[in-house]
Amino acid sequence: MNAINESILTLILLVPLAGAVLVALVPDRAKLPNWIALLTALATFGLTLHLPTHFAAGTDGFQFVANIPWIESPAIFYHVGVDGLSMWLVVLAGLLAPVGVVASWNAVKERRKVFYSLFLVQQTAMFGVFISLDLMLYYGFWELSLVPMAILIAMYGRKDGPKAALKFFLFTFIPSAPLLVAILWLYARTGTFDFTTLQLWIASGAIPAGPLFWVALAFLFAFAVKVPVFPLHGWLADTFSEAPVALAMVVAGKLGLYSMLRFHIGLFPAQARTVAPVLIGLAVIGILYGACLALVQRDFWRLIAFAAVSHLSLITLAIYGLTFTGWDGAVYQILSHGVVDAALFLLLGVLCDRYSTSQIGDYGGLATKLPRTATFFVIATLTMIGLPMLSGFVGEFMILSSTFIGVSKGWAIAAAVGVILGAGYMLWLVQRLFYGPESALATSKPPQDLRLGQLAILCPLAVLMLVMGLAPTLWMPAIEQGVHPPQLRALPQAPKHVLLLQSSNSFLGEAQR
Amino acid sequence: MNPVPDIFRILPEVILTLTGVAVMLIDASLPPGTARRPLGWVAAIGTTLALWASLWQFSLPEGMGFYNTVETSAFTVFFHVLICGIVLVALLLSLDTLPEDSHHQGEYYALVTFGAVGMCLLTGAVELLVVFIALEISSISTYILAGYRKETGKGPEAAIKYFLLGSFATAFLLYGVAMVFGATGTTQIYEIARLVPLAQNHSLILLSLGLMLVGILFKVSAAPFHVWTPDVYEGAPSPVVALMSTAPKAAAFALLLRVIYEMFPTLRSVWSPLLWVVAVLSMTVGNLAALRQQNVKRMMAYSSIAHAGYLLAAFAGLGSTGISAACFYTAAYAAMNVGIFAVITLASGYDEEFPLIEDFRGLVYRSPMVGGLLLFFLVSLVGIPFTGGFFGKFYSFSAAVGGGAIWLAIIGLLNSGLAAAYYLRLALAAASRPDNQKSAAPTPQVGIAVGAALLLAVAATLVLGIVPGATLHAAEQSAHTLQAPQAETAAPATAAAPVDPHPLP
Repeated sequence: MNAINESILTLILLVPLAGAVLVALVPDRAKLPNWIALLTALATFGLTLHLPTHFAAGTDGFQFVANIPWIESPAIFYHVGVDGLSMWLVVLAGLLAPVGVVASWNAVKERRKVFYSLFLVQQTAMFGVFISLDLMLYYGFWELSLVPMAILIAMYGRKDGPKAALKFFLFTFIPSAPLLVAILWLYARTGTFDFTTLQLWIASGAIPAGPLFWVALAFLFAFAVKVPVFPLHGWLADTFSEAPVALAMVVAGKLGLYSMLRFHIGLFPAQARTVAPVLIGLAVIGILYGACLALVQRDFWRLIAFAAVSHLSLITLAIYGLTFTGWDGAVYQILSHGVVDAALFLLLGVLCDRYSTSQIGDYGGLATKLPRTATFFVIATLTMIGLPMLSGFVGEFMILSSTFIGVSKGWAIAAAVGVILGAGYMLWLVQRLFYGPESALATSKPPQDLRLGQLAILCPLAVLMLVMGLAPTLWMPAIEQGVHPPQLRALPQAPKHVLLLQSSNSFLGEAQR
Repeated sequence: MNPVPDIFRILPEVILTLTGVAVMLIDASLPPGTARRPLGWVAAIGTTLALWASLWQFSLPEGMGFYNTVETSAFTVFFHVLICGIVLVALLLSLDTLPEDSHHQGEYYALVTFGAVGMCLLTGAVELLVVFIALEISSISTYILAGYRKETGKGPEAAIKYFLLGSFATAFLLYGVAMVFGATGTTQIYEIARLVPLAQNHSLILLSLGLMLVGILFKVSAAPFHVWTPDVYEGAPSPVVALMSTAPKAAAFALLLRVIYEMFPTLRSVWSPLLWVVAVLSMTVGNLAALRQQNVKRMMAYSSIAHAGYLLAAFAGLGSTGISAACFYTAAYAAMNVGIFAVITLASGYDEEFPLIEDFRGLVYRSPMVGGLLLFFLVSLVGIPFTGGFFGKFYSFSAAVGGGAIWLAIIGLLNSGLAAAYYLRLALAAASRPDNQKSAAPTPQVGIAVGAALLLAVAATLVLGIVPGATLHAAEQSAHTLQAPQAETAAPATAAAPVDPHPLP
């Protein structure tokens, strides 16, 4: 059993890679590449499920760890492991892989080998980002994830793929330059890239605070672009309208938000506290700005893009509110958002392929023709706008309440306005797409509802949204273990809504007072 | 203990010379009509032997031969292997891409091998006059090769430009040698290193350092001595550019390392800021100019200027970290640059009827393999992890950060972001759908020799990116052999010494 636990993360990394090589080698006949990609994705998902079933709840630190020297000088280790924070993200990424394959099943018609091969490489890179505990390894996967994404956007873009790919690549590549310098600087000071060792180094105060501020800022900048946080969101709308559905699902949010929690707040708590007010402000602007722009979009990809800006800003608000409840809510919301977005993208992708337009105005009255599509779309929409008993509500409620109590009432009210606007543009979108008089476009083609494969993937997603809404306790213990520092949790009745890190250096000092 | 026979100290050079002479003689004795292509195989076999001999030299005890004019050490072996490897790949590339009817193929292969002699000797020489001779051997071969397509207008233009400016730069180097001879009374590098701190005439030594730097920086095409590069690369045949953008540069960087770290380690306070400026200039000028290019070879020329800048950033590193980073970068750069020029040769043809970025449109669709390799090498040049390009940049900039030159690293990495823009422009052109009306560009054909060359380049790039340990170890060893003992102590501590890494609670 131990051997499995130690190698499971490595397997999760290697299986998609092996699948990618296999896809590249087999002949492009019938649906062979599709099937191999699907089987690989399902196998990987199966492997990721090993993590929650064997996760030792209530144990601090990282689990399923493998730590092997990779390069002697500078000392880079192949150090991987997960805690409650990253474990669910790995599972989420695993879940989205088969969803992505199914979403591309009919949409990608030519060069399927290239597509699925790069898609699987992309999976490996994402898993790598979530499980790396060595900063260089992490940086490696972080950069690697850009390449397949950029190539796929360029080759499979809807209209102007290359331009969107260039924009995406530069937007995310250039900020990683300061990130690398910051990592190298830390190494020059401490001689290690190891996450936990660096955490102790920085907490011990041995590194002067002046430069450390800039180092932390370099980390934050790279992550903020990736999320994206207002005003760094310029790439998102183009990428969403061009990227193949399978990639648009994974491009925004998760990687950046996870990195903020793990590598910005996790490594530099004091510096994070300094910049938190700025980020809270930007996040609230992002919530309202994204929502307002989403209201006026005529193209549904762009609408979803600005909706994403709004939702991701809400999560950013929770992260930089620096409250425990906020963090729990943030992680939960990342998971929920991942599932809902996948479903929405899948459905919009179906529409876009069928009617080859993404102009909302061309649609209308599809509900009678495509009842299943409409049903699932409404379920996903309701989840997205945070209807109670569905997964979106849990995270949203925790975020708003923690902001209200722990940060400031004003920000919470502003954020809540954004959430209300969110309900507005999403429901309006449903109305314009599926209800009202039947449009010329809807009558132009014979109706064809969801296929079996799509149903097979959407039903579990819908069930998942419901279960996540009803029983968050299935997920919460591990998340709490991940985002709550052990010192604080050990105290009896730790106050949950405390504003963390009000003073001095470490979590510990705060807790003991 | 038996002393090592002198001849063993220059065994690779001897083998290469014999190969070159053999190629020339066979070429002359063949009747005019016969194919000259087998001569390329002769040269390739000779180069492989030289490569093997270089590796064998590693087992020799470190030391000098021929009255202390050449040495063998880990450093020379590192660069010998690198240069022989590059030459081998370039020869394999030429075998399949030179046109069959070219009458001068014999001369071509002979010149390549003679050039290799000069480059190898340059890395092994520890006597400035031998250095000069070696540099001339390698340069003159390259001048001729640059003008190999003499029927075109651009070929002779490139050769003459390169020759005039190159001789000018060599003159600078020679003048620097004269100055240092005047100041110290010797041209043996170790002797000079010993005498420099004691020398009376300090200004003469500074002048010599400056002049020699000009000469060498010209050879590595660092700004502001880079103006020849784009024209020459554009005019020279692509297989030649694959060679001349890597091998002579590797040799020149070896010379630069020797001059800087072995001859003038005590003048760090002088050359360090100079090289800082040159590094920043090269990266910025190279990348900004490359952004505007439409011709792929001109773009890659500016890119190679920028890469010289990244490499020079390693010189800000203290002691052996800087040297090993520079050695590693040279190897990584050579692997990916040879590879990309091999791909360019295949894609745009020997006669280069299709030299523009636009002409690469749809390459991935026309030939998935060649297109895929183009993307691969571009990814490596951008510096994405798990390729050689990443670790090259990584070591170079971490050496700079370790040496306290944070700004150099930041400027360098921002530059690499800038560079991504034009590499991607080419990559996206290759990956976008071809126009059906304008499918003039042919589908590249990959022969056995070119296939082997590409395989070598890909393997080297991947190995350097995934398991860089062995090469880095070799680079570190060579750094130690190069580092004169006084250098560690004489290097001023410009950065705060790293703190003890294990003081934790």
